[in-house]
Amino acid sequence: MSTLLEVSGVSVTFDGYRAINNLSFAIGEPEMRAIIGPNGAGKTTFMDIVTGKTRPDEGQVIWGEKNESLLRKSEAQIVQAGIGRKFQRPTVFEEQTVYDNLQVALRKDRGPLAVLLDRPTKADRDRIEELAGEIGLSDHLDTIAGTISHGQKQWLEIGMLLAQEPRLLLVDEPAAGMTKEERDHTTDLLKEAAKTRAVVVVEHDMEFVRRLDCKVTVLHEGSVLAEGTLDHVTADQRVIDVYLGR
Amino acid sequence: MGKLFAENRSVPVFLMILAAITLAITVMSEGYGTGAISTSLVKTLGMTLCLCLIALAMDLVWGYCGILSLGHFAFFALGGYMIGMWLMYARTADTIAAAQAAQPIPPTAVELNDAIAVQIFGVVGGDSFPWMWAFSDSLFLQLALVVLAPGLLAFVFGWLAFRSRVTGVYLSILTQAMTLALSLYLFQNDTGLRGNNGLSGLQNLPGVEAPQALTSVWFLWASALALGLGYLLCAWVVSGKFGKVVRGIRDDEPRVRFLGYPVEGFKLFIFVLSAVIAGIAGALYYPQAGIINPDELAPIASIYLAVWVAIGGRGRLYGAVIGAAVVSLASTWFTGGRAPDIPLGGYTIQWVDWWTVLLGLGFVLVTLYAPKGLGGLIDLMSRRKDA
Repeated sequence: MSTLLEVSGVSVTFDGYRAINNLSFAIGEPEMRAIIGPNGAGKTTFMDIVTGKTRPDEGQVIWGEKNESLLRKSEAQIVQAGIGRKFQRPTVFEEQTVYDNLQVALRKDRGPLAVLLDRPTKADRDRIEELAGEIGLSDHLDTIAGTISHGQKQWLEIGMLLAQEPRLLLVDEPAAGMTKEERDHTTDLLKEAAKTRAVVVVEHDMEFVRRLDCKVTVLHEGSVLAEGTLDHVTADQRVIDVYLGR
Repeated sequence: MGKLFAENRSVPVFLMILAAITLAITVMSEGYGTGAISTSLVKTLGMTLCLCLIALAMDLVWGYCGILSLGHFAFFALGGYMIGMWLMYARTADTIAAAQAAQPIPPTAVELNDAIAVQIFGVVGGDSFPWMWAFSDSLFLQLALVVLAPGLLAFVFGWLAFRSRVTGVYLSILTQAMTLALSLYLFQNDTGLRGNNGLSGLQNLPGVEAPQALTSVWFLWASALALGLGYLLCAWVVSGKFGKVVRGIRDDEPRVRFLGYPVEGFKLFIFVLSAVIAGIAGALYYPQAGIINPDELAPIASIYLAVWVAIGGRGRLYGAVIGAAVVSLASTWFTGGRAPDIPLGGYTIQWVDWWTVLLGLGFVLVTLYAPKGLGGLIDLMSRRKDA
C-alpha cells in the first residue's frame, strides 16, 4: 500500500480563528479511513483544503506517485486528478433525471467543446446502468432526481462519485438522516468502493463508524488528537474528554 | 438533426409556425401580395422577429445557464452599428459619386473620400474618418464585425467576471454598468459614431433600386431565417450533455465544479454565443428601424428584455420567443396611439403613459400566478393532450 495523499503541517486561519492547526494526515490506496471529532474540529475545513476550496496559510498537500502539490490546482483540476467529494447535504441536480445526473458525472473529457460534441456511446449507457444497479436506483433512471427520497439522493451522489472513477473519495456524513436499512446499504457501498481506492469518511455516528470497521483519525481543534482502531481511540482518555465524554 | 426533432418536439412545431407566419405576412404585404398589411407594419413584424431572436439569446444565458445578463442590448446595438457603418458609408459614397460625376474634372480618390467624410461627420463637426471606420467600405468585413465586435466584448467582459467568480445580482449590476458605459461613450460626438445623432437612413440599401415595399419583405424573410436558424442552434446546444452541464451550473454551480468541469469555460462559451446571436439580431433589426443611436443601449432596454423572457417563461426557448413577440407587439400597439384611451370622467387613461403600468402589473401577475410564464401554459396544454 503506497501513500496516495499526504497532508503535512497544514494551518488555516479565518479572521484570527485557527480552524486547522499544524495538521498532518496520510492515506494509502486502497484504504478506508474514518475521521471523527466534535463540531468545529476542522473536519469540513480539512476536506475544503484537499479539494482546493480553501487555500492553507502554510503546509503541504502532496498527491499521487509523482508527488504533485495540490495547492496550485483549481477545484476542477483536483477532481480531474482523481479526488471526488460528497457533501454533507445531498447535492444532486434536482431538476434532472437520475440518468442525467450519472451521465454528467461519468469520467470523460470535461472541456466545453468536447462536452458540446459528446454523443453518448453504448459503453456510457452500460456504465450508467451498472452504476444505477450498484446504488439500487435501476428502476429510477428516468425519475427526476428532486423527487427521490433523501436516502436515494445520498446514494445517487455516491453513484455520481463512483462514476468519476476517483482514486480518493471524500465523504461527508453519508449516513445523516438515513433509516437503518439505508445505513446498511451505504456501509456496503463504501466498503465495496474502498476495496479498490482510498475512501475518507467524516462521520458523527459512532455506530456507523464501527460498522465501517477501519482505522479512525480523531480531530480536535484543527489537529490530530489520536489515530488507530476505533477501540484504541475510544479508550484514549483525551478523546473521551473532548468528545465522547460530553 | 432528426434526433433533435424527435427529442425536442418544439423545434419542428416552431419552425412550421414561423414559416407559416412569414408566408402569411408575405401574401398580405404591399410588395408581394394583397396589401392588407402596410409596409410599416411589415417592418414592425420583421423587427419583432429580431427581438424574438435576442430573447432566444437571453434565454440561453439566463434560462439555461442562470446568468441574468442585463446588458444584452449592448451586443444587439453593437451588431446594429457594425452593419450601419457599411450602410451609411456605401450609400453616401454612391450619392457623392453621382453628384460629382457631372463635374468636368473627375474628383480624385482622396477628394471623394473627404467629401464622404464631411457628408457623414459634418453633423458632429468632423471632416475625416475615425479609425473605427477603417473597414466601413467592405460589406464582408463589416458583416464579420457584426459577429466579432459583440463576441469580443462578451469574451473580455465574461472572462474577467466569471474568472473572478462574480455571480448573481452582482453580475447583473456589472452588465448594466457595461451597457450604460458603452451608451455614454457612444453619446460623445468625438467617439466616431456620430454621437447622439447615431447612424441614420439605414433603411436605404446601397445599390438597390427596389422600393421599401419590397425590401421590407426581404428583411422580414432574413429575420425569419435568422430566427429559425438561431432556434435550431440553441435547441442543439442545450440538448445532450452540454445542456445538462449548463443546467447544472444554473441549479448548483459548486456541484458542477466539484464534478471536475471548468465552469468558467462553460459560462464564457454560452455568454459569447449568446452575445453573437444578439449582435446578429441587432444587425437585422436596425436596417428595418432605419436609425440607431446610443439611446438603444440604455440600461432599461436590457431590463425589458429580461421582463419579456420572464413573462414568456424561462428555460424552454419558445417561451422567450412568445414573451418577446407578445410584449413588444403589445407595447407597439399601446404606445403607438392605436389603443383607445379610456375616459374616466375627470381623468382619461392614456395608454402611452399607462402602458408601463400595465406591463408592470402583468409582470407581477405572471411572477405570482404563472412562474413558468406563458410558455408554461403551453406545456400544460400539450401535457393534457398527451394524457
